[in-house]
Amino acid sequence: MNILLLALRRLAASLPTLLIILAGLFLLLQLAPGDTVDALMAQIGGGDPATAKELRHYYGLDISALSQLARYFLRLIEFDLGQSAIYGKPVASVIAERLPVTLLLMSTSLCLAFAGGTALGILAARNIDRWPDTLISTVGLIFYSTPSFWFGLMGIVLFAITFGWLPAGGFEEVGSGLTGLARVIDIAHHLVLPVVTLALIFLATYLRIMRASMLEVRGLDFVRTARAKGLGETAIVIRHALRNALLPMVTLVGLQAGTMLGGSVVVESVFALPGLGRLAYESVVQRDLNTLLGIVFVSALLVIAVNFIVDLVYGQLDPRIAAGR
Amino acid sequence: MGKLLRRYLQNPAALLGGVLLLVIIAVALIAPLVFPRDPLSLAGRPLQWPMANPHFWFGTDASGRDIAAQIFYGARVSLLIGLVATSIAIAIGIVIGALAGFYGGYVDEALMRVTEAFQTLPNFLLLLVLVAVFGSDITTVTIAIGFVSWPAPARLTRAEFLTLRNREFVQACRVLGMGDRQIIFREILPNALPPVIVYASVVMAVAILLESALAFLNLSDPNVASWGNLIGSGRGVLRTQWYVSAIPGFAILMTVLAVSLVGQGLNDALNPRLRRTIT
Amino acid sequence: MSALLEIDDLHVRLPRGADREEALAGVTLSLVPGEILCVVGESGSGKSMLANAIMRLLPAGVEATRGRISLGGRDLLRMSEAEMRRVRGAAIGMIFQEPMTALNPLRRAGDQVAEMFRVHTDFSTRQIRERVLALFAEVRLPDPEAALQAYAHELSGGQRQRVMIAMALALQPAILIADEPTTALDVTTQARILDLIRDIQRRRGMAILFITHDFGVVAEIADRVVVMRAGELVEEGAADRVLNQPQAPYTRALIAAVPPLLPRPPRQAGGAPILSLVGVSKTYRSGGLFSRRLRRVTHAVREVSLDLPKGTTLGIVGESGSGKSTLARCIVRLLDPDGGNILLGDTDLAALSRRAMRRQSRRVQMVFQDPFASLNPRRRAGELVAQGPMLHGMKRDAALAKARDLFALVGLDPSAVDRFPHEFSGGQRQRIGLARALALEPDVLIADEPVSALDVSVQAQVLALLDELRDRLGLSMLFITHDLRVAAKVCDRIAVMKDGALIEVGATADVFRAPQHDYTRALLDAVPGRDWSRRRESAILSAIPAAIPAG
Repeated sequence: MNILLLALRRLAASLPTLLIILAGLFLLLQLAPGDTVDALMAQIGGGDPATAKELRHYYGLDISALSQLARYFLRLIEFDLGQSAIYGKPVASVIAERLPVTLLLMSTSLCLAFAGGTALGILAARNIDRWPDTLISTVGLIFYSTPSFWFGLMGIVLFAITFGWLPAGGFEEVGSGLTGLARVIDIAHHLVLPVVTLALIFLATYLRIMRASMLEVRGLDFVRTARAKGLGETAIVIRHALRNALLPMVTLVGLQAGTMLGGSVVVESVFALPGLGRLAYESVVQRDLNTLLGIVFVSALLVIAVNFIVDLVYGQLDPRIAAGR
Repeated sequence: MGKLLRRYLQNPAALLGGVLLLVIIAVALIAPLVFPRDPLSLAGRPLQWPMANPHFWFGTDASGRDIAAQIFYGARVSLLIGLVATSIAIAIGIVIGALAGFYGGYVDEALMRVTEAFQTLPNFLLLLVLVAVFGSDITTVTIAIGFVSWPAPARLTRAEFLTLRNREFVQACRVLGMGDRQIIFREILPNALPPVIVYASVVMAVAILLESALAFLNLSDPNVASWGNLIGSGRGVLRTQWYVSAIPGFAILMTVLAVSLVGQGLNDALNPRLRRTIT
Repeated sequence: MSALLEIDDLHVRLPRGADREEALAGVTLSLVPGEILCVVGESGSGKSMLANAIMRLLPAGVEATRGRISLGGRDLLRMSEAEMRRVRGAAIGMIFQEPMTALNPLRRAGDQVAEMFRVHTDFSTRQIRERVLALFAEVRLPDPEAALQAYAHELSGGQRQRVMIAMALALQPAILIADEPTTALDVTTQARILDLIRDIQRRRGMAILFITHDFGVVAEIADRVVVMRAGELVEEGAADRVLNQPQAPYTRALIAAVPPLLPRPPRQAGGAPILSLVGVSKTYRSGGLFSRRLRRVTHAVREVSLDLPKGTTLGIVGESGSGKSTLARCIVRLLDPDGGNILLGDTDLAALSRRAMRRQSRRVQMVFQDPFASLNPRRRAGELVAQGPMLHGMKRDAALAKARDLFALVGLDPSAVDRFPHEFSGGQRQRIGLARALALEPDVLIADEPVSALDVSVQAQVLALLDELRDRLGLSMLFITHDLRVAAKVCDRIAVMKDGALIEVGATADVFRAPQHDYTRALLDAVPGRDWSRRRESAILSAIPAAIPAG
């Protein structure tokens, strides 16, 4: 109960953070040379100033920046993210269409990276300075040093082009009319490469943290107590070290949530996935201010939500948190 | 200092990283000597495979530009962006982290809110926005990368300051009547610096990766021979001429690996007993 | 009686680069059933290594190279790891110095004790629960049912150590190894835990190997004593004999360095107070802006009023959490008091702005507890001492020259000013800290537990130095300590603090002879080895009657 209360307090405390982000970005975008209308006019091959003026009025761009910001905040309260200039639909619905793909990509990758990182980190820490540790750490470092998009491209070359095992891109077979389980399998088939690409990069980070964390916990006094009780090494890892070593891993999930969303921008664009990240890229290129702000808003909400869950999990793992210290 | 160097050189991985980094620096330095021509100019028939023409070691790309020349010049871009962006991020991070950690209370609260805001925002998304607003010439991109990378070093510096500020030697300085500025910069900072310096290698690795991703998406400076640009331009011919993307990607991998190995080596040399890796 | 555990010519090698080659260089000793054998020594003597070697829990890189450790005819050093696991916990139980970190913070106390049964027996869950409850009752935990469910952070230091003891006793081992089990505890808690250990030992008739650095504890608990120094046995014998007629010169020196519980003759209380505290208070608030329920207020110091007469030493005595260190930090304004006046001469330090306080800082200086943390590792020793005078306007050359003079004054080699702190020993570092404080020629010196991190022989040297300097320089000193022996040796007057409040002040001799407050009496009674000290002192006093203060 207390844990929930604490997590809710942290959630409330992130409201000002959200406001700082939105206000900062909104004002930043005011500095941009050219606005949505300029972009639109350029797209339709130029036009007369009268049309431009009319369009500006339509998109609410003819009032001062501060009033625009105030208006934006007011509408946000009703979760109205405005009209997307490029897609001609409400931003909220554009985002809602794209969000599931990104969520699926992120959550699968995260699970894979977390589970793999934990297992490999433990394996490396238990064999420190012997070949499994050297191998795991080296491979981990190589994954960590690899640009995700290049990793994805090479995956396409190898598994889609050379072997033809996996599709090179897309979320599902367009126009195949698949439903039910068949569709799920098709989507899973399409997502193997993107998920593995995103997961491997983060797996390296998780594995390094887990290894370091296990090594640190292994040197703590209560592990010595466990040895003095006559516990075997495996029992020590499972009953004493693991839970303590997982604490920094859980923290890392919260800290990396933003980085992972950023990573999905690149991965989605490599694999032509219709997700939030790719939408962000498109709206930057096309200067669609409303959409971009909407994405930023939703991303921030997503990161805050992840951190809320992280707080809850952390509170479950560590009884000291509920005690307030 | 000598002891530190000796411990560093005894670690084979660190040694390898150091040698690799020196090679990449050398490549960056001799680029104009080996390839006096503009690396982005037309050099020959497009899409020649590596070594197909002895003149082009790594072949040519879809626009007939020499890939080897772009790799050599790309090393300059990556290292320069990495170095400058890292300096910016570390400088901002140290100042903010030091102030927040030393003063605590409301100062800490306010600064950490801002830091949190930056960390809540996916940094690549913020980078996209900055580049969209301020343009994508190389200077802007570098500054923007530095600007999105400071929160992590700031948190690290803050954590160091939080533990150090209650150490008795700091209390002793205050009892002697020393002012805050002198305590922060002359007494605490030298003790807080080593882990931050080690962390700089992580920032630099990420900075190089960020720039390459940006270039890959065509959002970086198109007038610079950047490895990311080359990978992006090779995408169109991925099915047949995959080497156009593969070679620069490998170059990025090696550079980031070298920087990370040097950072880990430094970390191990500074904490010989801990052997703790950081991210 | 035949020995339970026999250690024969045990050698333990340290990794290369350590300050000596062997942690243990040929240790031979035996433990017989039903005895408490104290292994006593200063830091680095190898006493903890001995405990860990028996359990085969030596740190990585440290290994036993020669000798035997036989338990019931079998050599522990040559057992397989699986056999050794059956010995640990079941045949030999162990308790450690720091009960907070020795318990897993994320698991309930009952669960951690129950684990002993789950690993070594096939009892049912209900049987285990009953046994754990019985154990908790045996170690006198106030509420065994509640303790089952408690986490380490919810227990007090003494309770945690009781849980550890319960855990070690679970399988009724014949031998208990206790590695400094009371060092991290307050003196009254220590007395109760020692009492418990002795009681259980008698009831169960087990043998205890008790590692300690404190001769007072030895006097309380030991049947037999082994004195160690640098990995070797120096002396062995019955507790009574070793404590009262030590043979080896090293043992004699160690015992002589233990401060007697004999109040020093008070100095002439030189009239007007140089420092007066009037109603000083400090409150901590923690908890959130949002929830009133989570906010808590701690009264660290409550309305303390005290006078320090010029040229005398006032001891502030109390256990952890008593507020004694907070009070000291309020006086030098490392903390800002919430209320009250701190009058130094006619200046109220409590009312000064930060900037004004900086100018006044040379008048009141502080010596810190931790010789390792109190010196900036990146500055040379001379610089550290010269820093103060330079901050208050002295030229660098003059300040460095002064640092050399001060080095000589505190008994350090003046040519050592160019060295870094890590090149000095703990005692030498405390001397540097003292020189740093004296460099500003303060009116009042505040010493915050200045000798509690030092070994007893070094402690005696530093206390002697403080005594000498006080007489030579006429220092007025506020001496914070938890150790009544140390207080008796250096303080003219003593103030006793508990839970932030001052409960008793008086001349040291008066407080020792006739404590007014129950708590003071409890503190005095809890000093380990007080009966041994009394006997020693009466011997000293009858030998030199001139030492009795006149009046």
